[in-house]
Amino acid sequence: MRAASAILYRQSRSTPAIYCQKSLARITIRPMATEASVKPAHAPGSGAHELRASQGSYYRHALPVRVLHWINFAALCILLMSGLQIFNAHPVLNWGRSSYTGSAAFFELANGFPSWLTLPGGRWLAMGRRWHLFFAWVLVGNGLIYVIYSIASRHLAHDLAPTRSDWRSIGRSVVDHLRLRHPRGAAARRYNVLQKLTYLFVIFGLLPFVILMGWALSPRLDSVVPGWVDIVGGRQSARTLHFIAAWALVAFVLVHVFEVLISGVFNNLRSMVTGRYSVESEHADERR
Amino acid sequence: MRTSGADNSRRHFLGRLLAGTAAALLAGCDAASRSAWLPKVLGVGERASRGAQRLASSRRSLAQEFSAADLSPQFRSNGTANPDDPQYQALAANQFADWRLRIDGLVQQPLELSLLELRAMASRTQITRHDCVEGWSAIGQWTGVPLAALLRMATPRPAARFVVFHCADPMDAAGTRYYESIDFDDAYHPQTILAYALNGALLPIANGAPLRVRIERQLGYKMAKYIMRIELVSSFAKIGAGNGGYWEDQGYEWYAGI
Repeated sequence: MRAASAILYRQSRSTPAIYCQKSLARITIRPMATEASVKPAHAPGSGAHELRASQGSYYRHALPVRVLHWINFAALCILLMSGLQIFNAHPVLNWGRSSYTGSAAFFELANGFPSWLTLPGGRWLAMGRRWHLFFAWVLVGNGLIYVIYSIASRHLAHDLAPTRSDWRSIGRSVVDHLRLRHPRGAAARRYNVLQKLTYLFVIFGLLPFVILMGWALSPRLDSVVPGWVDIVGGRQSARTLHFIAAWALVAFVLVHVFEVLISGVFNNLRSMVTGRYSVESEHADERR
Repeated sequence: MRTSGADNSRRHFLGRLLAGTAAALLAGCDAASRSAWLPKVLGVGERASRGAQRLASSRRSLAQEFSAADLSPQFRSNGTANPDDPQYQALAANQFADWRLRIDGLVQQPLELSLLELRAMASRTQITRHDCVEGWSAIGQWTGVPLAALLRMATPRPAARFVVFHCADPMDAAGTRYYESIDFDDAYHPQTILAYALNGALLPIANGAPLRVRIERQLGYKMAKYIMRIELVSSFAKIGAGNGGYWEDQGYEWYAGI
């Protein structure tokens, strides 16, 4: 399955020229092509994929990426809501080695977060911790599988590592994002540079950091190398950073969902469910 | 952004579908929290955490110790601040002169020790951070007798596996008293002490006078206050609701390393 999708993916990536020659106006959403119906057409040596490509849709996300994406989404939702439940047990953030250092609190939320945002709904720290510490393992396991898969399948090297021309196009990409313009045609077949950098930052920066700051809250893990939490200013600083990093992840998700919504919500969602993504012609909206 | 009638209705449908699904999932999670099976399933995470914490650190890894500059201006009292119990109040009125710590259960030599006798023993003083399960922490200086020294005096029998702390404070109207338990890894840990002094003064009632245990690599609720009796057992299944502690019986983890 993995090998098949990797071949499929590389093949579809290698045919943009054929695709670009076609001047299609807006491509409407066609009935979803199932993987099974598409795969034989993409068998090596077959020319059928060119026909598929010319019709404007290709296989964008491999099955492991799709499955891991949605597990990650569910785990993050549960971790956020159960995390807010835990936060509500002491809705105060401090900076330093303890909560009582003599300096004032960093942040305080008198009544905590509303119960509709927490898991479980009412005040229930013990159950919030169970949800949180179970799905923390789901997040870690899922993340490890993703990283191993991405390296082994070259998803990381092919799709996420910025190319030289990516680096040169940062300025234009920023302007495009601010103007809510999205790549079309061949350019839409790959992630844009801001997208790549954001995903890399979240995968290799924010998520490991939020996990590390979670570990810092454990008195047992603090004893692995006594005093290591002082790197970030102490245990209560780590709790504050855990909280801030969690909201940074929420901010990422909000921007991510916003981008999904304005760049073709059905197409994007379908590609993350079935793998198929349809590409509009460049000629429908010339970018330069 | 292009919009058409079909797109709009699809969008609305999708929006309603997502909102409905989210609401149903949330209600489901809430209902599952109250079920008997879900806490057990989620308990897999607890076991994984316990195993991982033990793998990541050695049995005798030490909790961070601090300097006097890090001491919290006032050490916060949490849970019981003054046990509502006539027997305890009578002991307190007499500065705990009549209080005796009993060590019994699966030991070869049951012990009864007064506060003066405990204070005459070799002591350990440590400045450590107390991490509450609620999320706050406080740094205090504790002085007390290493639990290991008392266990050596009492000599555990081969069947003994856990150390149970029975406390004076009633936790509810029915009079359920606080209790806690730890295994021998933590019981013999060099920083596990029975503390009778906080910040250089006799332990205040609010912080557990006359004696509280310090288990520096676990959360605060493990560190029982107002200790009256230490019992060595092979299993805590028959104590309280059988989960090894008052808060454990309310659904908190027995191993509170995170």
